[in-house]
Amino acid sequence: MRLIDRIIQNERTELLNTTRATSAVVLSSRIRLARNLADSVFPARANKSQRCAIVAKCGTAIESLKGIKNPVLLAIDELNDRDRQVLRERHLISKELCEEPEGAAVVMDQRQGCSVMINEEDHLRIQFLKSGFNLKALWKKVDAFDSQLEQSLNFAFSPEYGYLTACPTNLGTGLRASVMMHLPGLVLSGHMERVVRAVNHLGITVRGLFGEGSEASGHVFQISNQQTLGESEATIIERLAQVLKTVIDQEINARFCQLEQKSIQILDQIGRSYGLLQNAYHISSDEAMNRLSFLRLAVDFNMLPDKCRVLIDRLFIACQPAHIQAAAAAQLDADMRDCKRAEIIREELKQLPKLDMNFTAN
Amino acid sequence: MAKSVKCCLCDQPATVHLTQIINNKMLKVDLCEACASEKGLIGAQVPPGFSFEEVLKNHDLHPVNATKPKVKCDECGLDFSDLQTNGRLGCEHCFTVFKQPLAGMIQDMHFGQKHVGKVPEQSLASLNSRMKLLQLQAALSEAIETEAYEDAAKYRDQINHCKALVETESIS
Repeated sequence: MRLIDRIIQNERTELLNTTRATSAVVLSSRIRLARNLADSVFPARANKSQRCAIVAKCGTAIESLKGIKNPVLLAIDELNDRDRQVLRERHLISKELCEEPEGAAVVMDQRQGCSVMINEEDHLRIQFLKSGFNLKALWKKVDAFDSQLEQSLNFAFSPEYGYLTACPTNLGTGLRASVMMHLPGLVLSGHMERVVRAVNHLGITVRGLFGEGSEASGHVFQISNQQTLGESEATIIERLAQVLKTVIDQEINARFCQLEQKSIQILDQIGRSYGLLQNAYHISSDEAMNRLSFLRLAVDFNMLPDKCRVLIDRLFIACQPAHIQAAAAAQLDADMRDCKRAEIIREELKQLPKLDMNFTAN
Repeated sequence: MAKSVKCCLCDQPATVHLTQIINNKMLKVDLCEACASEKGLIGAQVPPGFSFEEVLKNHDLHPVNATKPKVKCDECGLDFSDLQTNGRLGCEHCFTVFKQPLAGMIQDMHFGQKHVGKVPEQSLASLNSRMKLLQLQAALSEAIETEAYEDAAKYRDQINHCKALVETESIS
């Protein structure tokens, strides 16, 4: 069995965590740090041998750390397109890393809660991920990991600009904290645009499920800090958390309003999604995402037991194109993918209890 | 001291500096407060979905071509036009070479202009020599720019000395 297959087939991962219940609005939290080695040109201007030397140096340093359990190093140019895509769909690597695969690598732990990209835009992109809303605990882990790494690697740093990064937007702390949020209430009530504008004014960015330029399918959004220089790590995280708490309140409020004012439409959508997902034989990724979103809403309204939420969150990932290909262990065209996707969803949702319409929304 | 920039519509000193990166190109416009508010760029009514490109088109504003210094980073070969097109630095030395244009970019991007937060332990230890090194590198760039080659040679020797010092410090 190839190493990558073990990673793909590992069901006990942080993102697909099936044991712990996640929260109603926040799917997962992530923090990443951008770091560069002192006295080495940044990846984009380095030649192949320089890039490989960086991978070797950083790879060894990372693998010997205590903060990462059973680390696995994958060279990006040794992976096929599908495997790269699977890692992207799990948010373990970025599009940029795939675009310059030569002398690029990723180190991750078995649970895939920690991944370090080597030779992306910066020499190192250290990322920690956790299900639920958990930024402060996450920062402690990233901070400790970074401090350990600093013992063996000398990072480019200036007292004025902090950690030096290829793009000036990451200078200072090099920290980007982002949270994946499920916001059907705000989308359906038409308030999402207003919220996006309001948080933008506070230096906070809203993107779709897969980051820059991606669509917000399944009413899932990625919300993160924009500025990195001039505020400490703790302040950045605290400020983002405060804004996110407001967004969560607004979302819950919007859900109640929708349920009160448009109860037939909402119940109809939930009912249709429930029936469709369990019985469809051909479903596109977009439709699946939007239907799953309504099913998740049903869990939040107590129409389905809490434990179904993790199942739905897992399907959010499992429905992505490369995951479908990996599950089929074959190259499928779009049409065949839609059939396979429907099959996986039917199978997973077979045991779904009946919708309880005497719910008390919480 | 930074040079004061003039508004590109009238000759008043510019206080509003807009920068946006469109298709990896950095566009910059400098305006005085009166012109900026006349164009609806400041105040409470910043239009939703504000697009810099539209503003430029609609108001006959032309992005200022900031004076193109012929500076090139001798560590990684990045020159000013590379920086303008990609908005990316090539190595740590670039931060000294492109200090001026960078200061403007950073001002528009971030809440502050000075790092607050974590400092790597090794940097704490070797901060003094490193600071000196950065200052020397800045002085060297300036000397080359003004064609003061005698000074440049002097700075280069001092940099070599300082680099050796930094190295021994980071080893110990």
